[in-house]
Amino acid sequence: MAAPPRPESLALLERLLAALEAKGIVTAAEIAERQAITDRASPKIGARMVARAWTDPAYRALLLADGTAAAEAMGVSMAGAPPLGVLENTPTRHHLVVCTLCSCYPRAVLGYPPGWYKSFAYRARAVREPRAVLAEWGTHLPEGVEVRVVDSTADYRWMVLPMRPEGTEGWDEARLAAIVTRDALVGVAVPKAG
Amino acid sequence: MSEAPRFAPGSAVRVKDDWPERRGPCHIRTPHYIRGRVGRVVRPLGAFPNPEDLAFARPAPRRTLYHVLFDQPPIWQEGRPGDTILVEVFEHWLEPAGGGA
Repeated sequence: MAAPPRPESLALLERLLAALEAKGIVTAAEIAERQAITDRASPKIGARMVARAWTDPAYRALLLADGTAAAEAMGVSMAGAPPLGVLENTPTRHHLVVCTLCSCYPRAVLGYPPGWYKSFAYRARAVREPRAVLAEWGTHLPEGVEVRVVDSTADYRWMVLPMRPEGTEGWDEARLAAIVTRDALVGVAVPKAG
Repeated sequence: MSEAPRFAPGSAVRVKDDWPERRGPCHIRTPHYIRGRVGRVVRPLGAFPNPEDLAFARPAPRRTLYHVLFDQPPIWQEGRPGDTILVEVFEHWLEPAGGGA
């Protein structure tokens, strides 16, 4: 985990916030609201979206066509957030998301990125040898499945729509959402029924 | 600068083999490993203020952003044939590569 912020960093932050307020660029209330939105966001949001897509074809179509609208349809505020794109895994294609340039991540629906997502090792290796990276997560794809690495380089943020695993027939949305992990939404893992 | 997209889905495009970081301070969103490489436009993603200007607080004209698909080999020899890399690339980094797809 990250070290706690240094006192001089906090003092600098205080002065920056005061300057932004004094210039009328943001208000304290806006900053508090944004912090609350960021703190509320977690992979549970993305998991609920996936579970609904698995059970509701119309929602699935919306999710793939317009991730931002699909998030808002679940009550997530996307105001000010980058547009969300959703990548559909199929029996012949598996998506893996990385940001080689920095740490772009769909925070609105997955929350804060994990440390490994921001690491030099993941950023360098995911794009270069994705199958070796997947294997280290215990993710072994069947023969005939293409790996498509999605390098999140600019204004969009990307989330994976995993395939619904066998053995989940008849499950309700809550039970389905419980097996959709953050790692599956980034693409390093796949959901399992057991 | 926010006219209709120049490249249609399926167009073959070459990423400019340009290295602004060698000329001075810059902020670019085009990864090094695709420069000079040929890919295929999947679709335009919309127009966004040019981050190369935004980063320096300059007026930032909107530029069309594309999803461009590249084959793993030859970009990375560690990749398996048939695997791909999908990257967001701004229009001013792309030129026609001929051929189509």
